[in-house]
Amino acid sequence: MTESRLNRTLCLALIGVASFASLLPIVLAVMNALKTTVEISTNPLAPPGRLHWENFTSAWKDAALGPSLLHSVDLAGLTIILVCVTAAPCAYVLARQKGRGWRFLTFYFMASITVPVQLYLYPLYFIFAKLGLVNSIPAVALIYTAMFSPFSIFLLRTYVLSIPYALEEASEVDGATAWQKFFYVILPMMRPGLLTVAIIVGLNAWNEFVVAVTFLQNNDNLTAIVKFYGLTGQFSTDWGEMLAAAVTIALPVVLVFVLLQRRFIDGMTAGAVKS
Amino acid sequence: MWLFALPALLINVCIILIPAVLTLGAALFFWDGVGTPVWAGLANFQGLIDDPVFWSALTNNFIWTAIFLVIPMCLALVMAAALMVVPHSRIVVQSIIFLPRILAAAITGRIFQGMIFSPATGLLGWLNGHGLAIADPLADPDRSLYAVAAVDIWHWWGFLAVVFFAAMRQISIDQIEAARLDGAGFFALLRYVLLPGIRPTLALMMILTVIWSFQVFDFIYIVTQGGPAYGSEVLATYAYRHAFFAGDVGKATAAACVMSLFGLGATAMYLWLQSRDGAQAA
Repeated sequence: MTESRLNRTLCLALIGVASFASLLPIVLAVMNALKTTVEISTNPLAPPGRLHWENFTSAWKDAALGPSLLHSVDLAGLTIILVCVTAAPCAYVLARQKGRGWRFLTFYFMASITVPVQLYLYPLYFIFAKLGLVNSIPAVALIYTAMFSPFSIFLLRTYVLSIPYALEEASEVDGATAWQKFFYVILPMMRPGLLTVAIIVGLNAWNEFVVAVTFLQNNDNLTAIVKFYGLTGQFSTDWGEMLAAAVTIALPVVLVFVLLQRRFIDGMTAGAVKS
Repeated sequence: MWLFALPALLINVCIILIPAVLTLGAALFFWDGVGTPVWAGLANFQGLIDDPVFWSALTNNFIWTAIFLVIPMCLALVMAAALMVVPHSRIVVQSIIFLPRILAAAITGRIFQGMIFSPATGLLGWLNGHGLAIADPLADPDRSLYAVAAVDIWHWWGFLAVVFFAAMRQISIDQIEAARLDGAGFFALLRYVLLPGIRPTLALMMILTVIWSFQVFDFIYIVTQGGPAYGSEVLATYAYRHAFFAGDVGKATAAACVMSLFGLGATAMYLWLQSRDGAQAA
């Protein structure tokens, strides 16, 4: 390494400033979640004196965080299952089949990634309203499945492509059908890919805003994000409690991220680097 | 074999393709979402052209695109290059700058409202009390768009830096070492080795930036709802407001069509660039 000392120092300083900027709002949120509103408006930058954990208990009650977190878990879980079940076999055939029709299908899924939600949101809403599917968590999970599966298909497809074809040939010799090959040869080798897909789809479903806020309007089935959004606003007054709710909703995501960060980062940056 | 792809395809067609086609159709009708649609021809598009708010929303989408093609890109490129030069605690730093990306827009938006912009409880309020008077940008129609853009940049740039860093690490070490032996400084290294080395990734992220900039909705809707006085209105919030609050689904779908047109243009350009690069490589 012959990098000049000055350059290295400047780079280190840059990295320090960048990390500080990324963490500052998060640290402020966590710190002030433990303060009273008076303390916050006196000095938002001061660390909390006495820790006001009651912000968390009152946020839990006022935002009905128990049930709404449960709805978020339901929605994310259902979406993960639907995406994995539909995307895995699709990724398998898209990786192995050649020909015009399959190329077109690949192109179709690719194109559907870039379609803005707004291009299908409005008719979908009025159709779902007619069918009585508004305010239904499974219906929202179905929409998420359509939104998130194209990306998952392409991620899983790269896993299939890395599986040597010889393995399938060997099972063909033994007389395996296509489904048997998929279940007994491909699926087990896809497992790390499925885990990555589950994490990213789960994260997206947990955090998703516009579809959730449009299709879930009934107080009995709001996700945590929608509930939180409805209870807070620019003119909120009880910031301590609001921040406590924010921290509670973000905590599971951050915990999973800390535990499995490599998988998060690799999965989310996948398509961008290898293409 | 088609059976393997059928469930995914069926869900996609029912949720995305059919409603998208219906949107194109709905743009040609007057409809309030409840009554009987009435044929409108191109009247909804004429209505957009006659609406000054539509034009300011479209302008804001262009401003947003310009901001995101420049600021997060530059920040991320310099950061990724810095990570190449200084190997200390790379993993920790990457996780820290990636962290904003995994937080929900609703949460990030509220945290910035309360902890950064609020004159009563935020960083700006604190600065106001310490001699640096900056008015709340969210209350100012001329600055609210930039304030929301700042929130989205915070959310986005670190992710971009991690993507660029991952791409830069695939450049051969020999190339980098050779440039250093020739005495290339930080910016020369970035300009002549790292940037050309990640060209495909850079092009993809720029195209995606254009596509997403014309779709941007979450942060704006959460933080300002397009206000104040339509100051931060973009096409997506404009369409949403017309569909669900003004009862004008025809105009909303027309605006959604315009939005998609820009995304389509960016996608077409990307495919064209790729096929050109592919032809050159062959």
